[in-house]
Amino acid sequence: MEIDNVVCAFCGCVCDDITVTVEEGRISEVKNACTLGRAWFLGHSSNAHRPSGTVNGRPVSTEEAVEEAARILAQARYPLIFGLTSTYCEAQKEAIALAEVLGACIDCCTSVCHGPSGIALQGVGEPTCTLGEVKNRADLIIYWGSNPAESHPRHLTRYAVTPKGLFTPRGRKDRRVVLVDVRPTPSARAADIFLQVKPGKDFECLWALRALIKGIDLEEDAVADTGVTLAQLKDLADRMQSCRFGMLCVGQGLTQSRGKQMNTTAVFLLVRELNGFTKFAAMPMRGHGNVTGIDNVLAWQTGYPFGVNFSRGYPRFNPGEFTAVDVLTRQEADAALIIASDPVANLPRPASGRLSQIPTVALETRESETTKIAKVVITTAPAGISAEGTVYRMDNVPLRLRKVLPSPFPSDEEVLSRLLERVKELKHA
Amino acid sequence: MILITGRSTKQGTGLNKGKDSRDYQEAVRTLEMNREDMARFGLRDGDLVKIKTLYGEATFTCRQEKLPKGMAFVAYGSLSSRLVGGETHASGMPDSKGFEVEVVHLPRGD
Repeated sequence: MEIDNVVCAFCGCVCDDITVTVEEGRISEVKNACTLGRAWFLGHSSNAHRPSGTVNGRPVSTEEAVEEAARILAQARYPLIFGLTSTYCEAQKEAIALAEVLGACIDCCTSVCHGPSGIALQGVGEPTCTLGEVKNRADLIIYWGSNPAESHPRHLTRYAVTPKGLFTPRGRKDRRVVLVDVRPTPSARAADIFLQVKPGKDFECLWALRALIKGIDLEEDAVADTGVTLAQLKDLADRMQSCRFGMLCVGQGLTQSRGKQMNTTAVFLLVRELNGFTKFAAMPMRGHGNVTGIDNVLAWQTGYPFGVNFSRGYPRFNPGEFTAVDVLTRQEADAALIIASDPVANLPRPASGRLSQIPTVALETRESETTKIAKVVITTAPAGISAEGTVYRMDNVPLRLRKVLPSPFPSDEEVLSRLLERVKELKHA
Repeated sequence: MILITGRSTKQGTGLNKGKDSRDYQEAVRTLEMNREDMARFGLRDGDLVKIKTLYGEATFTCRQEKLPKGMAFVAYGSLSSRLVGGETHASGMPDSKGFEVEVVHLPRGD
C-alpha cells in the first residue's frame, strides 16, 4: 500500500511530500525523501522485537516500567527532564506538566544546538520568514556555518537553492548562493561563492559586514586575522544590499563555536540592518525533527524556550544554570527522565557521566547509548511512523505527523500521561 | 590542531540503522585531516590516532580529506563527546566546535 503526503520527522526541514510503501507490516520503499529521511523511515519501521520496558536490564511490562519510573522521579529532589526533540508536541506538553508537578528542570536539545540563537532572539529579535517565502522570493541565499548537503539535503532542493518559485521562476539560475564556513564542506559544491573563515572568527566577519553596510570605511587590518579579505567582505556586503530578498541560514558552526550567542546576535543585527536596504531574513537551521516544536511548546507553557526550572513552583529560565549540560556537570540532578534523545552519546562526558551515576529513565523507540545505562527503559512507538501528532518545521510552521504502521508499544504521549498521573498520586500520598 | 565536529551523511544515515551499526561506528570513529598535516604526524590512511584534550581522549582511524591546514574533523558521536568539556560559559552550550586537540600517532595494534 502506498501512502502519500507522509511527513518526515528526521530533521528540521520536516518534508511533507514523502510517499512510503507499506508491505507486510513494514516500510519497504520511500519516495521523495533525502538519504537521511529514507534511512530514518527504513530504520524505524520495526522495533517490535524490543521488550516493552526494562528495569535494571530485566524485561518488564510497560506498566511495571512506568511504576518504577514514577517512583524514581517522585522521590528525586532535583530531577532533570531532557530531550524531547524527536517526539511531537502533544507528548512535549505532557512532559512539561510532569516537570511542573515534580519541580524539575526541563531542557531540550535546543540548549546544545541553537540555544545561542534563542538567546540572541530574546536580546535583539529575529527577522525571519517562512521557507515558502524563501522558495518563492529569495534570490540570495547565505549558509553560514551550515553544511546542508549533509545535514538538511532537501533544504537545498525543496526550499532554498534549486526550486522554482513565484519570483524565482528559473530556480537555481535566479539565485546566488554563498557558503561561509571554516572548511570546504560538500555544500561548497552547491555555492557560487565560498568564503573560508578561520575557526572562531565568525563574529569579526559579521561585525565587519555590519560596518560595511553602514558605509564605514574599514582598513584591511580590521579583518586581517579572519581568513577572509576585505575585498571578499565588501563584495558580500554589496550582494546583500543589492539583492531583492536575502536569506541568511544560521548553522551550528556559529552556535557551537567561540562567540556562540554573540555570533547569532551579530547575525540578527546584521539582517535587521539590511532591511534598511532590501528585504532580508535569517533562520536557524534546526536539526532534529521537532526541536522547533519543543521550543514553541515550552514557550507557550512557561514563557521560555529551553532550560526551564520549576523548583520554586514557577518557571525560571537561565542558560548556564538550568540547562542540561550545566545541571549534570555540576552533579546537581539526582534523577533524569530522557525522552526521545540520546544524551549519553551526544553530551560532553562530564555531563553524560552523571546520567550513569543517578537513576535515569529513558523513553526511546530503540536501543541507544542512553538506554544502555538507564535504570528504567520504556519502549515507545516512533513518532511519525507509529504515532501521530504535531511537529514544527524550522520556520515555525506546524505540520501533522501521520501514523503509517501499527506498533505494539504506546506513544510517548500515552506513557508520559500515565507517568504524570502516577507521579501526582505518589506526590499526594 | 583545531578540531571541528559536525554532521556527516554517513553518520546521519548510520544512526538510523542503529548506533551499533557498522556504518555509524565507522562514521564516528574516523578523523579527517589534510595531507600535509597527516605527513607532519607521519600518518597514513587507516592509521590510528589518539586525540587528547583537557577533558578526555578518544582513538580514531585517520583519513585524508580536503581540510584547511591545522584542522581536523570528526562526526558527532560518543567519541567526539569525550573530548568536550562541560563548561558552557553561562550559555548552556559547551564548546563543541573549534577547540584545540593534541594528536598522538598510535602504532597499529594499540
